[in-house]
Amino acid sequence: MTDTVGIVIVSHSSDIAKGTADMVRQMVGSEVKVAFCGGNPDGGLGTSVPLIIDAINAAWSPKGVAVLVDLGGAETNSEMAVEMLEPARRDLVVVCNAPIVEGAVMAATEAAGGSTLAQVKAVAEELSAD
Amino acid sequence: MLDRADGQIFTGNVRLVHAVGMHARPAVKLTKLAKKFQAQISVRVAGAPEWINAKSVAKIMAMRAAHGSTIEIKASGSDAEAAVAALVDLIASDFPDGAG
Repeated sequence: MTDTVGIVIVSHSSDIAKGTADMVRQMVGSEVKVAFCGGNPDGGLGTSVPLIIDAINAAWSPKGVAVLVDLGGAETNSEMAVEMLEPARRDLVVVCNAPIVEGAVMAATEAAGGSTLAQVKAVAEELSAD
Repeated sequence: MLDRADGQIFTGNVRLVHAVGMHARPAVKLTKLAKKFQAQISVRVAGAPEWINAKSVAKIMAMRAAHGSTIEIKASGSDAEAAVAALVDLIASDFPDGAG
């Protein structure tokens, strides 16, 4: 089994994050590692940098990790999480500019074929292109 | 490299029997299967003006092929014949779970 790019889903809502991860697993399969986090540590809506770091490490692959986010803070906190990773991992994590559900499914589909991180990001972002 | 394309193009036609047409799950299965081949593979709804890259999940989802429509497949490259056969089989067998 060759390595595949890992997928991380970061939503303000734990239900959305979990539901998106379920869709990816059911539609694409289990060959791609998927981790998710949503909500703040108090159980409310929000995102948490430590939880995002945990999710990135859980989905870790030598080929890298693509992060899919929902609204504003999810993106800035994900970027902060990437900066706080150990230096060797930082360059192998990208935050995709893509809708969270569709982007996650498409990124995982691309990743399942053994594509590079750049290819996975490009496919997720196809949806945002004009 | 595996690139031994000799210019020969293999084609296939298959009727889309899936109840609701080419929606998200079949599109993912088709794309995943297509990616297992080296060949360049294109598909279209029969008679459509443009061919679509079978390895692009976004484009396959967007093709909106309806139930009962005929899907045309063409492929070129070293394993093109096997690729066409596999994709025809996937579509004809209604995208069984575990395929792709």
